[in-house]
Amino acid sequence: MNRRAFTGLALATGLTAALAGTATLAPALAADKIVLGDMNSYTGFASFTIPYKQGWELALEEINASGGILGRQVTVVSRDDGAKPADAVTVANELVSREGATLLFGTLLSHVGLAVSDFAKQKKVIFIAAEPLSDTIAWQKGNRYTFRLRPGTYVQAAMLAEEAAKLPAKRWATIAPNYEYGQSAVAAFKELLKAKRPDVEFIAEQWPALGKLDAGAAVQALSAANPDAIYNVTFGPDLLRFVREGKVRGLWEKRPVASMLSGEPDWIDPMKDEAPEGWLVTGYPWYAIDTPEHNKFRDAFQKKFNDYPRLGSVVGYAALYSVKAAMEKAGTTETEKLVDAFADLKLGTPVGPIVYRAIDNQTTMGAYVGTLTVKDGMPRMVDWRFGKGEDYLPSDEVVRTLRAKD
Amino acid sequence: MTAAPTADNGTPPLEFFLSQLLTGLASASALFLVACGLTIIFGVTRIVNFAHGSFYMLGAYIAYSAITALGGGFFGFWGGVILAALAAGLIGVAMEMTILRRIYHAPELFQLLATFGVVLIVQDVALYLWGPEDLLGPRAPGLTGAVAMGSQRIPEYDIFLILFAPLVLGVLWLLFHRTRFGILVRAATQDRQMVAALGVNQKWLLTGVFFLGAALAGLGGAIQLPKGNAGLTMDLGIIAEVFVVTVVGGMGSILGAYLAALLIALIRVFAVANAGSSLLGIQLWQVELVLIFAVMAVVLVVRPWGLLGKRETLTGHHGAVEPPLLAAPAALKWFALAVLALLVALPGMAGTYSLVIATEILIFALFAASLHFLMGVGGVISFGHAAYFGLGAYGAALMVKHFAWPMEAALFAAPLGGALGALIFGWFCVRLSGVYLAMLTLAFAQIAWAVAFQWIDVTGGDNGILGIWPSSWAATTPAFYGLVLVVVIVMLLAIRRIAFSPFGYALRAGRDSPLRADAIGIDVRRMRWFAFTLAGLFAGVAGGLFAFLKGSVSPDLMGIPLSVDALVMVLLGGVQTLAGPLVGAVTFTALKTELVSLTNYWRLLLGLVIVGLVIAFPQGIAGFVRDRFMAKETRA
Repeated sequence: MNRRAFTGLALATGLTAALAGTATLAPALAADKIVLGDMNSYTGFASFTIPYKQGWELALEEINASGGILGRQVTVVSRDDGAKPADAVTVANELVSREGATLLFGTLLSHVGLAVSDFAKQKKVIFIAAEPLSDTIAWQKGNRYTFRLRPGTYVQAAMLAEEAAKLPAKRWATIAPNYEYGQSAVAAFKELLKAKRPDVEFIAEQWPALGKLDAGAAVQALSAANPDAIYNVTFGPDLLRFVREGKVRGLWEKRPVASMLSGEPDWIDPMKDEAPEGWLVTGYPWYAIDTPEHNKFRDAFQKKFNDYPRLGSVVGYAALYSVKAAMEKAGTTETEKLVDAFADLKLGTPVGPIVYRAIDNQTTMGAYVGTLTVKDGMPRMVDWRFGKGEDYLPSDEVVRTLRAKD
Repeated sequence: MTAAPTADNGTPPLEFFLSQLLTGLASASALFLVACGLTIIFGVTRIVNFAHGSFYMLGAYIAYSAITALGGGFFGFWGGVILAALAAGLIGVAMEMTILRRIYHAPELFQLLATFGVVLIVQDVALYLWGPEDLLGPRAPGLTGAVAMGSQRIPEYDIFLILFAPLVLGVLWLLFHRTRFGILVRAATQDRQMVAALGVNQKWLLTGVFFLGAALAGLGGAIQLPKGNAGLTMDLGIIAEVFVVTVVGGMGSILGAYLAALLIALIRVFAVANAGSSLLGIQLWQVELVLIFAVMAVVLVVRPWGLLGKRETLTGHHGAVEPPLLAAPAALKWFALAVLALLVALPGMAGTYSLVIATEILIFALFAASLHFLMGVGGVISFGHAAYFGLGAYGAALMVKHFAWPMEAALFAAPLGGALGALIFGWFCVRLSGVYLAMLTLAFAQIAWAVAFQWIDVTGGDNGILGIWPSSWAATTPAFYGLVLVVVIVMLLAIRRIAFSPFGYALRAGRDSPLRADAIGIDVRRMRWFAFTLAGLFAGVAGGLFAFLKGSVSPDLMGIPLSVDALVMVLLGGVQTLAGPLVGAVTFTALKTELVSLTNYWRLLLGLVIVGLVIAFPQGIAGFVRDRFMAKETRA
């Protein structure tokens, strides 16, 4: 074997040996601990999922310091779901079969969350879909074993539509990423705004592929349609380019904008002082919420990570405390009893009390809606208010028609 | 509903059209800079450089850091941009000197594997160095405003971009026509062996080419900062697009790249402006996902070597002439039997999770073998093989969902789905050759993907189809494993049988010498078309099994990443042996699954392992074993 082959081979075998070693160590510690499986798009969408992970890490530390759950210490085994449904199902399998996870929580992308929820249904494992926004998870494709924590697109769109209805604007244009999240966010907003304001019409729409927004062209097309107001659902790099291009080309002048998620520090903070002032947004004003439960959470988070919490952190934190609440209510970690315990389960979170509704396994977690501005070079929400989930979710009759039968 | 200007908002159509034109020109410029770097590298080295998007991303990140460090201002900004281009160039040189230089003599396309490893490494290094958050690009001093053109406004920076691309084009023209380096590069593009024979130091020529290409990509990344950001998805976000531009322009042609960038950018701007218009019930925005791939497909069908490309010389192979496929020697057959016995005994020994992974590996082994049949036996490279895997998966899933077929029946729909797709797409593809053919397969795969993504009523859109679980008798992990094992073994034996049948020999004749094969009366194109269809059929079987393993299908199954995975498996194992794809599938799938459970930095480790394997086994793992074995035989 020549030297070149040897170096390469040594590199490869060394790494393989290293991971074979760790792989054999893992199952040993499962005995009297409660093992939970977490999965999220840690490599594909790091900017949103790493704060989420920090959220449950904080909760884990607190829970174990105060004696664990049912007197047992808790371990979380965390995996990257590869941002793909097929990879996520492999990982779910691994967490359940090899690591012995009692239940699963996590995921961000809707189609990944849906694939895991179907896995949960098939294998009868509890899955808390922490972050996916698609309401399909709770309704059309809902099942007994899947619970959804975050308020979905419907609730967020309803809050924006309520505020948007107060504007004089009649001719609206929409821009949303071309996939289920964007489509349902636009459909819900249109329906709810028209219900409140029959005189409103939607005159133009843009559906850029996620991550591929041609900002100059989109802004130009929207200006040419000359709407009174714009409803935006884009986020991430698309939003950055869209805001900047719109500013240079004067799209935002004298034109109100209602924008989904754009008050969440996760998405808007990279804009710093270029954040679009005056936009109506849903988000998370961590700097201004002054309740005992949130102050406690924020202080603990800043102390542990030397950084401020994002909305993802709240979700991760609440996800682990949901598990704790359900297990303590059930008095066991057995799946079927846990599922029953989740019905109308109440618990406190940093953003107030929530209930896991028995009717659709969706929580009543609410959202903040307010106006975006810039203070000291950072985006801030002002004139915000908190909307409770139960006030914006559709009526029980509607939910019953939407919800899949188990 | 229309987004086009109407009378009530007062934008005259001509003015709107002109401003659209300028917007298109500006976005073409950034695209051109990245694409011309790729086309220069390909022209000389024939390397399909996946890492080009990584240079682009690094250019953006380095420029961001440099501009911040230099404190902005005119010199800070432009100094930062230049520094970023130089740094990206040097990183390209480092990759060329440490990795690629060692494997120039490997078989065609093998270098692609190394650049794929580099992509994975750079993704995690960038995450580590710059963090997960998107970094908002600094604005270019003095170019932050806009120029009014009637009621429309054109950003000043757009005007700069519009002028900058032709400037770069001019400089490159001078470089290639008025300097010794440029003349040598052009000569090497035409005939590398001849340049070497004339005593030119090839090593430094290739290194220089890499510097130039990578620096241009870095410049492209830096120059787009004022329009957007530096972020972790930039590399994969641009790479497919850049390949399209390069191929549409004709690989190796810089002017072609510029024209292609213009064409694509303008078509896209036009599509955005008329997003609401519809044709045959399909709205333009629904097509936007694949617009550039559709453009490429049309261009390639009409002009098989791109707009300004030249017919590829027939000496495409720059490695040794491929040895003929040999029937396995007795020792290997015994080894295969032993492996089979182990596989049969596996459910008794392994836990549930290991069995699930083993099932997945078996399915990928069949998938990789189907691609290998096309590449190794047929000499047809496919960058879009996931299309047939996905069509198989969807074929089965649709039968389950819409017609409530049981698993046993649905599994027969899978090969039909894959074969039908391959039959249609293949008819167009086999008219081309080399990288152009490969890119056309990619285009068709993207079109299939877009249909699955967009035809929500039938395919479930991006959420896919759920609830595709095996029948009750195969529902347990060991039972399903058994089913997969039987199907995969039968299919693999069938592939092997075909490779050694008269059809297989004809196919191999067409691969090794199309001219001679033609002369003895083999219809090479038809042979390739059949091979394409067969490969699609086998991939479809794998896809159908995969759907039932995962319980759901989604458009990701037809996506570029899965096509690349298949390519990586085949190359890793070795193109020249029938066992290669199996070895590659096992190595890649097992490594990836284990690394994902080990760490969130699994991409870095996987990339390092791949680069290590590439350097150790330039013939692929199975190829290496065979070479050892054959060397012994001849010595004895």
